[in-house]
Amino acid sequence: MYRDLVLTALLVWPLLAGGVVLLLPTRWAKHVALVASLVEFAMAVPLWWTFAPAGGMQFLLDVPWISGWGIRYTVGVDGISLFMVLLTTFLVPLTVLGSYRYITTHERAFYALLLVLTAGMLGVFVALDLFLFYVMWEVMLIPMYFIIGVWGGENRLYAAIKFFIYTFFGSLLMLVAILALVMLEGRRTGVYSFSYDYLLMHAGGLGPVAFWLFGAFFLAFAIKVPMVPFHTWLPDAHVEAPTAGSVLLAGILLKMGTYGFLRFALPFFPQAGLAPAVQTAIVALALVGIVYGGLVAMVQPDFKKLIAYSSVAHLGFVVLGIWALTLQSVQGALMVMINHGLSTGALFFLVGMLYERRHSRLLDAFGGIAKVVPLFAAGLTVVSLSSIGLPATNGFIGEFLVLVGTFRTYPVPAAIAATGVLIAAMYLLPALQRVLYNPLDKRENEKLPDLSARELAVLVPLIACIVWIGVYPQPILRRMEPSAARFIQTVRVAPPGPILPPAPSGGAGAGGAAGAAAP
Amino acid sequence: MPGALPTVLWLVPAVPLAGFLLNGVLALVRPRATRTVSVIGVGVLVLAAGAAGAAVVAFARLHDPAPLVVRAWEWLSVGELHVDLALQLDPLSAVMILVVTGVGTLIHIFSVGYMHDDPGYARYFAYLNLFVFFMLLLVLGASFPVMFVGWEGVGLCSYLLIGFWFNEKINADAGKKAFIVNRIGDVGFLLAMLVIFQQTGSLDFTRVFAQAPGAFPAGGAAVTAAALLLFLGCAGKSAQIPLYTWLPDAMQGPTPVSALIHAATMVTAGVYLVARCNVLFALAPVASATVAGIGAVTALFAATIALKQWDIKRVLAYSTVSQLGYMFLGVGTGAYAGGIFHLATHACFKALLFLGAGSVIHAMHQAYHATHTHDDAQDMRNMGGLARHLPWTATLMWIATLALAGIPPLSGFFSKDEILGAAFAEATVRPVWYLFWALGMAAALLTAFYMTRLMLYTFHGPNRTGEREQALLREAPQIMTGPLVVLGALTVLAGALNLPRLLGGGALLERWLAPVLAVAQRLHPAIELPRAAQWALVAGAVAVAATGILTALRFLHPEALVPARLAPPETGLGRVLWKKWYVDELYDAVIVRPVMWLSRELLWKVIDVRLLDGLLVNGTAAVSRAIGWAGSRLETGEVGVYVVVFVLGVLAVLGAAVR
Repeated sequence: MYRDLVLTALLVWPLLAGGVVLLLPTRWAKHVALVASLVEFAMAVPLWWTFAPAGGMQFLLDVPWISGWGIRYTVGVDGISLFMVLLTTFLVPLTVLGSYRYITTHERAFYALLLVLTAGMLGVFVALDLFLFYVMWEVMLIPMYFIIGVWGGENRLYAAIKFFIYTFFGSLLMLVAILALVMLEGRRTGVYSFSYDYLLMHAGGLGPVAFWLFGAFFLAFAIKVPMVPFHTWLPDAHVEAPTAGSVLLAGILLKMGTYGFLRFALPFFPQAGLAPAVQTAIVALALVGIVYGGLVAMVQPDFKKLIAYSSVAHLGFVVLGIWALTLQSVQGALMVMINHGLSTGALFFLVGMLYERRHSRLLDAFGGIAKVVPLFAAGLTVVSLSSIGLPATNGFIGEFLVLVGTFRTYPVPAAIAATGVLIAAMYLLPALQRVLYNPLDKRENEKLPDLSARELAVLVPLIACIVWIGVYPQPILRRMEPSAARFIQTVRVAPPGPILPPAPSGGAGAGGAAGAAAP
Repeated sequence: MPGALPTVLWLVPAVPLAGFLLNGVLALVRPRATRTVSVIGVGVLVLAAGAAGAAVVAFARLHDPAPLVVRAWEWLSVGELHVDLALQLDPLSAVMILVVTGVGTLIHIFSVGYMHDDPGYARYFAYLNLFVFFMLLLVLGASFPVMFVGWEGVGLCSYLLIGFWFNEKINADAGKKAFIVNRIGDVGFLLAMLVIFQQTGSLDFTRVFAQAPGAFPAGGAAVTAAALLLFLGCAGKSAQIPLYTWLPDAMQGPTPVSALIHAATMVTAGVYLVARCNVLFALAPVASATVAGIGAVTALFAATIALKQWDIKRVLAYSTVSQLGYMFLGVGTGAYAGGIFHLATHACFKALLFLGAGSVIHAMHQAYHATHTHDDAQDMRNMGGLARHLPWTATLMWIATLALAGIPPLSGFFSKDEILGAAFAEATVRPVWYLFWALGMAAALLTAFYMTRLMLYTFHGPNRTGEREQALLREAPQIMTGPLVVLGALTVLAGALNLPRLLGGGALLERWLAPVLAVAQRLHPAIELPRAAQWALVAGAVAVAATGILTALRFLHPEALVPARLAPPETGLGRVLWKKWYVDELYDAVIVRPVMWLSRELLWKVIDVRLLDGLLVNGTAAVSRAIGWAGSRLETGEVGVYVVVFVLGVLAVLGAAVR
């Protein structure tokens, strides 16, 4: 019973709760949303124990939806999506709690959208039907657009539209690619189906068109990650978004890009994704993300922009780990996805707490406040250290595994990526100093209140996870290992074939744009 | 007892960790509970030292020198990678835990007196306990990754303690610099782990070192790369050229911190790492020569800077850099036991010197504080004649000075002599070591000189503190002088640890460490010099030390000094030395500022904002908008225009079709 319905319950419950929030009086909105999201988390937690690591896709539910077009409602999780589901349900209650004071207008709409967003995010991770996946992808997009555009900062409309158009452009490409994939497969095999399993089984025989389809998927996901040079929507979106938006954007939405690589782009089109030229280009872009993202983060005057660029660097590790295709690197990439959600989520919470006090996110608006707000200082220090990958925090586990695994495939790129560990210290420690240390020379900062009980309730669970994963990550690694191994096997055993058509520039990105017209 | 040994071994790091947690909570909720904090802070160190002692005794009684590996849980296992959270007790880590907990306990006790009035007292002890935990994890870790946890953990504590008084920018800057420079080295450590795992399929010490001779061809590129990358880590942690610049700045931290972290324990971690990986370094002669060479050059280079520093702690800081250079000269030469021996003796006498300096600064600070003067309490030009006011401190610091200078029979004489002797012996096979030995001898001369200078200017001649202040200078309380006395005794006696056979000793430490070093000894046997040559070297070393001391006594005139604020600016070579050869300025101009400029002006403002976002993203949007605007202009609502456009369109289509 639980095994069959839990995923569907996780999708339906927040939608129902969102509707209820809209109906009830405004002053109840946040409390109802909090309870609903906690119930959601409580429903997801047993997944941890009931999940069978070696069991492949599980908690499956598969019912016909639009039979005439081969569309089904299929959901399930494996060791890759399990942790994305857990992370999502874990972060949402915290974002609700973290928004208690931040959101003061249109509260009902805000919390209802947040709950709809929850359903959309979870749907993306559990969908095993490409049509369902696409629908969920859009369901996730629209609430986030409104969250940024309505409750954001001064320049929120620009940021929201940029976020929307950028992501939407990618997702349209993806839609075209999905349709083309289904049509081509249908014409070849006689069965028109959006089923993930079916498409995965038959995608091998596509021939050169696979390159263009891969390009379209890749571009959609690369924008979402975001990989350089498609990242410029991220700093704007983060700076303008309210705290809850930033946390979920960084914590969950970015992971949808790398999740897409793991679930769709690479398993469907391994020959295209692993063609030497494509591989080289993607590894290079990942490294550029790590180094360039870090260096640009270093010179940001705005704390939120700094974190946004640091996300580009962290996600570079994920992409690198995925393409290195060793067990350590792929599991490392999965760990970085989890860790980045926790650590960067916590950083955005902390910056949001500063913003609520001073209405500024500029590093130079602070200075020396560790003396005034010691609890806040301790929290920011621990979270920053985890973000720069200090051993015995979660950050180290992921980056170390990525480096160990990548070194076996690509020694030189691994060495370049290792400098990212240094660059991370170069952007976060100065920020820490400018906020917490140095003379307490601004009068506004002399009376800042320290963390409240509510704020502690937001941060303590995150910090507990940061330490737990750093000290004892094995329960997580054990659960994801078979799925990571299967991913590598799926991608590796694909027969090598003539993949690269004479591409105009050889770059996957350029190919993807043209690929939209191919079918 | 053997049955309890694993538990006792876990207690060694666990107790300081508990101290950190308790004091950390107190620091946040009850920062004024100084008595409780002191009891916890010092108590955990006493317990840890007791546990360490018990563990080492039990280990010795096993009469089995094989490493005792105690596993807690599976930490990181993915595919072939398998890392347990495990500790390893062997003769080498036994020496290290005794040094760390022993010297650590004394410095914790001293801190009770030194930090007593500080509002951050609880936070201080929390950090200090945390440091001891990470340091013990570093030396007890049974694999590279576990050691790396300690390695970066001690760096973190160093960062927190250097910037302990964080509301002054100079302190916060110094902490940040220490962390970032150390991270450069840590990237080396990280990459070394990747190479080692690639080649041996493991990161556990026992497996890596057992497989290394087979997995790595001697002198091959892989083992040389691994060893050099490890040494990059050592250069960061142990402040060697080119990464030493953070250590002098680290003196911004409280003085007991300088004694514990930046003299006795953390900075010696690099020496420990090389000794731990002796098999790898023995397989990589080029890397070993690099270690020895960098060590020798650093020893001399840092000693030259120490000649002209006025801040009493900075002299000691450069002296530490220089002495660490000796240790690397030792381990790079293959004299691993000698390097560890010098590590142990140096921990005693340098801790004594730093705590003595702390006692001096404490007295100076109290005096200036009472008279509301804002002169520099660490500048030797403001001292002079302090021996009259602080007789205990002065006597004990003289003992440590003579030990550091290498005067027999104090401990520093034996350990330094062993390293220089080994270097000279190695030179008979590899002549470049003559150069390393000569650099070491030159550094020894300068060491004797600058230490005598420090003592003369601080404790002798007329007092320059100020008339009113002079009357207020007092010897430190017993809680501070007590640890000094113990360290003084150790400074005198520690030479007995490894009394050389030449002088009728039993080379105890060398024999104790022999099992750890067996493979390296086989790969690279030590060279025995004739007895006459050994005696000549000893005589030469003593003569050099005596020359340094006597020259300083003869040519330096404390009575000619003026207080710091009246002092004329330095000129010529003196200024270059005082300015530390302008290395910080060089790094700033060549590395720091170009990187910042490149990141800000080129990467961010031009590439990111103008090119990617401005031209490509917003440019696309602008083009779409322009096309939309042009299109909307056509929608004029006038039928005539539509007809014209329609006709043109039809003609175009027809034209295309006809052709």
